[in-house]
Amino acid sequence: MKPTFARQWIVGIAALVSAVALTSGVQAAGEVKHPRPVNGSWEGPFGRFDKAQLQRGFQVYKEVCSACHSLNLVHYRNLGDEHAPFYDPKYPNPNENPVIKAIAANYTVKAVDPDGNEEERPGLPADKFVSPFENRAQAAAANGGAVPPDMSVLVKARHNGGDYIYSLLTGYNQEVPKGVSVPEGKYYNPYMPGGVIAMGPPLMDDQITYADTPANKGVKPTVDQMAHDVVAFLSWASEPHQTERKITGLGVMAFLLVLTGLLYLSYRQVWRNVEH
Amino acid sequence: MSGPSTYVPKSGLEKWLDTRLPIVRFMNDTLVDFPTPKNLNYWYTFGGILAVCLASQIITGIILAMHYVPNVAFAFDSVERIMRDVNYGWLIRYLHSNGASMFFLAVYIHIFRGLYYGSYKAPREVLWGLGVIIFLLMIITAFMGYVLPWGQMSLWGATVITNIVGAVPFIGDPIKTWLLGGFAVDNTTLNRFFSLHYLLPFVIAGVVVLHIWALHVPGNNNPTGVEVQDVKKETLPFHPYYTVKDGFAICVFLLIFAGFVFFGPNTLGHPDNYIPANNQVTPSHIVPEWYLLPFYAILRAITFDILIIDAKFGGVLAMGGAILILFALPWLDSSKIKSMRYRPVARMWWFAFVLNFLMLGICGAMPAEPPWTLISLLCTIFYFAYFLVVLPVLGVIEKPQTPPASIADSILASKHGSAGLSSAAVPAE
Repeated sequence: MKPTFARQWIVGIAALVSAVALTSGVQAAGEVKHPRPVNGSWEGPFGRFDKAQLQRGFQVYKEVCSACHSLNLVHYRNLGDEHAPFYDPKYPNPNENPVIKAIAANYTVKAVDPDGNEEERPGLPADKFVSPFENRAQAAAANGGAVPPDMSVLVKARHNGGDYIYSLLTGYNQEVPKGVSVPEGKYYNPYMPGGVIAMGPPLMDDQITYADTPANKGVKPTVDQMAHDVVAFLSWASEPHQTERKITGLGVMAFLLVLTGLLYLSYRQVWRNVEH
Repeated sequence: MSGPSTYVPKSGLEKWLDTRLPIVRFMNDTLVDFPTPKNLNYWYTFGGILAVCLASQIITGIILAMHYVPNVAFAFDSVERIMRDVNYGWLIRYLHSNGASMFFLAVYIHIFRGLYYGSYKAPREVLWGLGVIIFLLMIITAFMGYVLPWGQMSLWGATVITNIVGAVPFIGDPIKTWLLGGFAVDNTTLNRFFSLHYLLPFVIAGVVVLHIWALHVPGNNNPTGVEVQDVKKETLPFHPYYTVKDGFAICVFLLIFAGFVFFGPNTLGHPDNYIPANNQVTPSHIVPEWYLLPFYAILRAITFDILIIDAKFGGVLAMGGAILILFALPWLDSSKIKSMRYRPVARMWWFAFVLNFLMLGICGAMPAEPPWTLISLLCTIFYFAYFLVVLPVLGVIEKPQTPPASIADSILASKHGSAGLSSAAVPAE
């Protein structure tokens, strides 16, 4: 590799990197306030979910969010998969996990019985999360025209999704700046593009009661805590295989590093007597 | 460089086959004994890297197609089902979506390397032209592939880009309707894009075979740009010398690839494509994938009418021209010397061209408003000026250095520093 050429490429790549940084900086500097970092335990290549937190997050979703927000791509059985909130190594097949069965049975699912009549039956682990509304029109009608987005991939569907949802949930009750007019029945939230949001403040301190388990000792259901927990749950829901992905990735990187080293040594060996 | 074949069939089967279908001889001459210049640097490993990219895209793509549903009602959910319920579906899908980015990263380096070392010049014009065809097919394939997950960017990106066709005067609108199978991007469009997205990679593979064939007739160019004169002294058999070197480079490339797939699989994508397509809601910024941004900037750079050509059609002509002009490059560059290693002035222009191209990429990501519209226009003008003015004129007026008389001389000189035989030929690198 000739040094000048290499240097030119390095300068070029440096320029590209700074350009990308500049681009994202400009996007963030719009009218929307940049979200506060959620600093979740699950972030980064070595980050992992805290199981107790995932369970609390599921509780927040179930008792608060699910009144309006669907989770269409998630099945109850997913809650019992490996790295999921209610995984139990005793039940590799989550459909047999009694905790999952009990969670599913809490829901009422519309179905058709063998005689062709519409019926309502308790949910099974194989069922999808029951949607709060029958259809988009009903969801819009019940929410002043704004359809609450499905939460299955919400974290992936927003820039810095986890930070964004955390900031939004904890970003209410701030002074409305001049120039922003908040219509009747809407709310001000600086993290929402445009600053006006149809969703009222969904969380209040002590709104729910966390289970009294050793893992939850000292965890108070404050707005900040609940927001943090539900973002953990939604991050999991948006990509249930992410922990598996990261664990596999470490193995793949280690393998490739060793292989790269061996190939380099082979290259040196094969070329040792060649002037080039 | 495909001289007389050196293959000697050994086993009885090989001898029998060699007089009927000499496929073993062909593979041997192509992949084993093929004489390759000794002095290729790491910028020459991207051909092998690209072959790996294409193979990876085809294999992962075929598996994805087993599970994907090309229907507007199910496409988005079927992709998520692959990610959630198909065994290792998340891996296959992320390999495919990030693989597209890696493919383009490699192809851009490959193309700029060709520009630097003059790999497009005689006798490699056809080799270069086939490469441009591959690049064009890659763009079309990637664009159609991005539509398949049927997210917001899929729908609206497809809408913006297919509007290009509608900009052609008189016949544009009916052609656009015919291509889409309707008046807007919808289910028929998704179906045919899926069909073509499956077909085109095999067309690419076919052109790649021609590309390699056209490479193996004149043989590799090399960093000196001087043709091989003494095959014995100046070349090595492809195997094991370049299989091991390319293998090492491929492995380094895979490390970067795996870094994205396993630790940042959505870094290069746009979050809006995780919102299901909705033809009632337009995203605030419609941007293509990063690798198409420079051409998107050229498309939007023309904001004024030129005589009878309106701004929209002007943009289309500029974008098409930006790729098509590459076909003419072998005849636009007037320099007798191939490698820019011996063309100090041209080298600076090449460097400016690369930065200009990166700047176009930034412009493509920005909203179409001042000052970006003006910057896009200036960068577009420079892009074309590089091919139409700089390279034709420079070959006549520049004072290049003298390249080494042969590859062997160049190797000797670099071994012995500036005291070597052709010290004047070696630039201060």
